[in-house]
Order: sequence, then structure tokens, then C-alpha cells
Amino acid sequence: MTVRLLSGRALILALPFAWLGLFFLAPFLIVAKIALSESALGVPPYAPLLRWTDEGVLTIVLNLGNLATLVSDSFYLQAYLRSLQVAAISGLLCVLLGYPMAYAIARAPANRRTLLLILVVLPFWTSFLLRVMAWIGLLADTGVVNALLLGLGVVSQPIALLYTDFALYAGIVYCYLPFMVLPLYANLAKLDPVLLEAAADLGARPWRAFLTITLPLSVPGIIAGFMLVFIPAVGEFVIPELLGGPEAQLIGRVLWTEFFQNRDWPMASALAVVLLLLLVLPIAWFQHVQGRASR
Amino acid sequence: MRILNVTKRFGTTVAVDDVSLDIYRGELFALLGGSGSGKTTLLRMLAGFERPDSGRILLDGQDVADVPPYERPVNMMFQSYALFPHLTVEQNVAFGPKMDGLPRAEIRDRVAAMLELVRLQGLEKRKPHELSGGQRQRVALARSLIKQPKLLLLDEPLGALDKNLREQTQFELVTIQEKLGITFIMVTHDQEEAMTMATRLAVMNHGYLAQVGTPAEVYEYPQSRFVAEFLGTANVFEGLIRTAGATGALIESTEFDAYFESDTDPPKPQGARVFVAVRPEKMRIRRAEAGEMAGTNRLVGTVRDIAYYGDFFMFVVELPGGRSIRVSRPNLARLTELPITWDDRVAVEWEPFATVVLPE
Repeated sequence: MTVRLLSGRALILALPFAWLGLFFLAPFLIVAKIALSESALGVPPYAPLLRWTDEGVLTIVLNLGNLATLVSDSFYLQAYLRSLQVAAISGLLCVLLGYPMAYAIARAPANRRTLLLILVVLPFWTSFLLRVMAWIGLLADTGVVNALLLGLGVVSQPIALLYTDFALYAGIVYCYLPFMVLPLYANLAKLDPVLLEAAADLGARPWRAFLTITLPLSVPGIIAGFMLVFIPAVGEFVIPELLGGPEAQLIGRVLWTEFFQNRDWPMASALAVVLLLLLVLPIAWFQHVQGRASR
Repeated sequence: MRILNVTKRFGTTVAVDDVSLDIYRGELFALLGGSGSGKTTLLRMLAGFERPDSGRILLDGQDVADVPPYERPVNMMFQSYALFPHLTVEQNVAFGPKMDGLPRAEIRDRVAAMLELVRLQGLEKRKPHELSGGQRQRVALARSLIKQPKLLLLDEPLGALDKNLREQTQFELVTIQEKLGITFIMVTHDQEEAMTMATRLAVMNHGYLAQVGTPAEVYEYPQSRFVAEFLGTANVFEGLIRTAGATGALIESTEFDAYFESDTDPPKPQGARVFVAVRPEKMRIRRAEAGEMAGTNRLVGTVRDIAYYGDFFMFVVELPGGRSIRVSRPNLARLTELPITWDDRVAVEWEPFATVVLPE
């Protein structure tokens, strides 16, 4: 009986680990392997790590050149930094926009909350690509926004909106805002309104009560939302490609170029591995903070 | 504190119905009532969390109905304590003076004095989740007292504590109240708590005030059947007033072949239908003599149940016709000497002063 229970438990525990091993760890190891290979002409376009020398000895040839290039070539470094910067600014913009939304939903009458939450996730029912394309229609020189501004006489000739940083941020913030609103809502809905009454009772005006009670207690929600926006935004390819200007050489675009245009698989893989490490660090920090908060 | 004709509705239900009440400086006043009696709504109006639909709330002669909670010289101790979970004990207590912008040194001194008053020294740096229920209660008390309010409102202050701690805390609260001289208004559903702590109490029922007075007045002279039964236990009989006067009244029971004699002027004239209430502890119980019948202030029945409380016994006596009354008796003798037992025929008697005549 005990043995059977144990094996059942082990099975349940094994499932997620098997999933992670199969679909995360194995691909990662393959990518890491390619990153350490030399690029070659052929299919696949990289040399094997393990090979037999002419004397019949098995040797490992590790190529650290790609990693060295990443560090030494400022082009890649710039792309990383710019990606982190864009992701961080997008995350902050999402906090600024998402916080009032989440707060309003959490404070709305209970029977209206579900409707408001559905409205937040409603855009997901349309294809991601289509929604990004729609922004082109909005922001192009002949697009809706410029037509409106021209029609109203605010501007005399179309202003450049598409292929600018503005379009890039608009796209990212628009696409990722729900990932900020949902965890923040979950956090704010938990806040006991009696705490705010207590603060008011002790002399805190509404705005101070918000700053001293609501805001500090919602920090875990802010961090969770920020991470959910920041992490995918760092490696975002579609939005900068479709909306951003040519100077927006973000790591996602660089990776794509290396892989598909230069067919330099090892370089692209090295970029991916370093990107992953860059993302794991903030997640680890987030876990640490969460662990401390729940203690 | 003066409450004048205050009414509050939630939708179609009237939570507080035309309540007028004066509460004096330095009192420990208890609002007593069951759930839904409107006692908490009344308290929340005093704190400023709800606005009365009509009527006025005067504090030191000044109408505070439109003053928001953060500007009222009134503080509240919440039923759930509502301690700020991200702040330490010290920061929780310092919250009020900090909002008032007091100098840091003064805040520190006041917090220290408050923590000493509620005996929480040494726990300054703890977070609320690291405290026991009793400690949290004391933090909440210190936090609500530190601004030296004119009036402290307490919503079920002892509701979350277990029985032993509750009794001890009752006395502590009363001591602190007397020491500081702050007016306390306390909401409770626990009649024992209200009786032992309050200088005066108000019994609320369906949003109106059923009776206001000192605990002894309300207990000994209830003015309605509701109050008699809500506060303590009462045996209530129906009857008709036969004679009435300043020296007392004689009421004929409409249920039994018996009379009830009272030594006070009844609230209704001769011939009126009234209720008669007699408290279990004011009745004497003894074995009935052979052939003994009910008479004036005497009923005869059969013991159906005996509840042993340790300090007293509660007898359930079935009367002719099937209804039961409760009679208590202090536990003066040893259990083995208990002379009255199940199915004994007993006589229950009481003095005229114990007969309380209530309007129907």
C-alpha cells in the first residue's frame, strides 16, 4: 500500500520534471552544444563537438569564439543593452498604465469585475500578428491617426509615427498590458478594505492611505506583472521588426538575422544562451523576493 | 456624544431606525444586540465610514455627520484588528501620529508609552503575523488610543479571543479606560461582556433601541419581552391584570391556575393582557408536598432535565400543559446530596419583587 502510494506520488512529481527535461532542458543543451561548435558549410551548418582525430583519438573541440565575439563586439553588447532597456521601459509603462486599470477592476462592484477582466483578455482572441499589423494601419503616414490629425488641422503634413521608438513602445505595451493587469488585479483584490478604513480612521487622507498601505502591499503584484512583461519583451522579435525603426536592433532581431540570413547557427545559439542567462538572473531574484515576502 | 434621530437604510432594509442616544464623557457604553440589529452600522456612522440618511451626530455640540473619518477626533478598534501586515508593531502604533505629522521624537515617546500601557514592550520589531491573538488585540488597542481620541469605538473588541483570555482582557480594558478617562463605545453581541464592562448599555433590536440603562437597570427592570429574553434568561408567562396600583399588581395567569404578584406599578391598567417575566435565579425550587397545587407566585411541575454547570444547576421543569420553565440553583451542596432529581414533582416559588410585568 505504502509502496503504491509512493509510486503514485513519484509519478505525479515526475510528470512536470519529465516535461521540463524534454521540452526545456534538452533543447537548451542542444542549443548550448551548437553555441560551442564551429560554424561550417553544410547541413547542419556546424561542425560536431566530438570527433575522431586521424590517430583515432576521440577529442572534444570547444569553440569559445562565439561567446568571445559577443563580449568583444560592441554591436552585440549594444543589442543586449538596448533590449533590456526597451523591456524595462515597457515594463514601467505597463505598471503606470496597468496599475490604475487593475485598481479600478479590483474596486469595481463584484458583479462587474468578471466583465472587466474579460475585456482585458479580449484582445487575445485575435491573432497576435494581426493585432500588431493593425498598429501599422493606425500609425502609418497614411494611417488612421495621421488622417485624423490632418483632418482636424492639428498638423499640416503627416508626422512619422511608424518605425519609431514610439511605435515600438506602443506595440509592446499594448500587447503585454494584460500580463501586468491580471497579476496586479489578483493582488489588489486580496487587499482587505478594512485596512484602508483603519488608515483613514487614524488620520490618513485617501491619497496617503494609498501610498502607505495599498502601494506597499501591492509590490509583489507589481513585481510579478513586471516580470511577465519584461521577460518576453527582452527577446521580442515581431513587434520591433514590424513597428520599430531600423535603429531598433534588439536582440531578437539580431538573433533572427544570424540564424536565417547569415546561417551562423553557432553565433545565433550563443546569443540565445546568453539571453537565457540574462533572463534567469532576474527570475531568480524575483523568486528570492517572493520567498522573503511570504516568510 | 449625542445621537439625534439617526436613520440609515441599505436599499430597502432599515439598518438603524430613528435612534436617539446621549453618551456622556468618560463612559464605557455598550451597544448590545444580535447580528443584524444595526449596532455595527451605528458604530460605523460614529466613526464616519457610513453617513446617516437623516438625523444628526453631535460630538461636543458639533455636528460631525459630514466630517470624513480622517478628520474626526474619534478612533476605532476594528473587530478583525485591521493591523497593517507590512508594518511592525511599532510602526502600526506610530501610524496615527505620523499621519498627523508629529515630530519624530514625540512619536517615539508616545509609542513607547502606549506599548508600556498595553504591556507589549520587547515586541516592537515584530510583524503582526508573528504575534498571538491576544498580542494583536493589544496592538490594535494601542494603535487606536495613541491619538488620544475623544471617543474610542470598539467593534467586538474581545470577539476573536478565547474564553479565558477574554475575561482577563475585559478587566484590562476597563482598567485602561478608567486610567485614560477616554469615552469608550463598544459593540458586542455578548451580553455577559456588556454587563461586566459597561457603565451603561443599550440593547438594539432591528435597528431601534429596545432599552438604555445601567446593566443592573436593564437586567432587573426590562421594559419589553425582547430585552428580558435577550439579556440573560427569563421565563415569560401570559396573564391578565386583575388589580393594579402603586403598591403592586396581581395578575391572573391565562395558562395555569395561578396568580402572579408583583410589588411595582404595572405598565398597563387593570384588565390588560400582559407578559410576566421571572428570572431563573430568582426562583426557588423544592420538592412539592403531596397534593400541592399552583398558587400565587407558585407553580408546580415535573423535573425533566438537570444541567450541571459546576457553579450552579439549571432545572428544566415541565408545567401542566406541556411548556417548560428554567429554574437555577447555586451549587451550595455536594453533588451526592442533590435532593431533587429527574421526574420529581417540584414546587417553584418566588417573591413579588422578582415578578416583572411587561406590556404585551
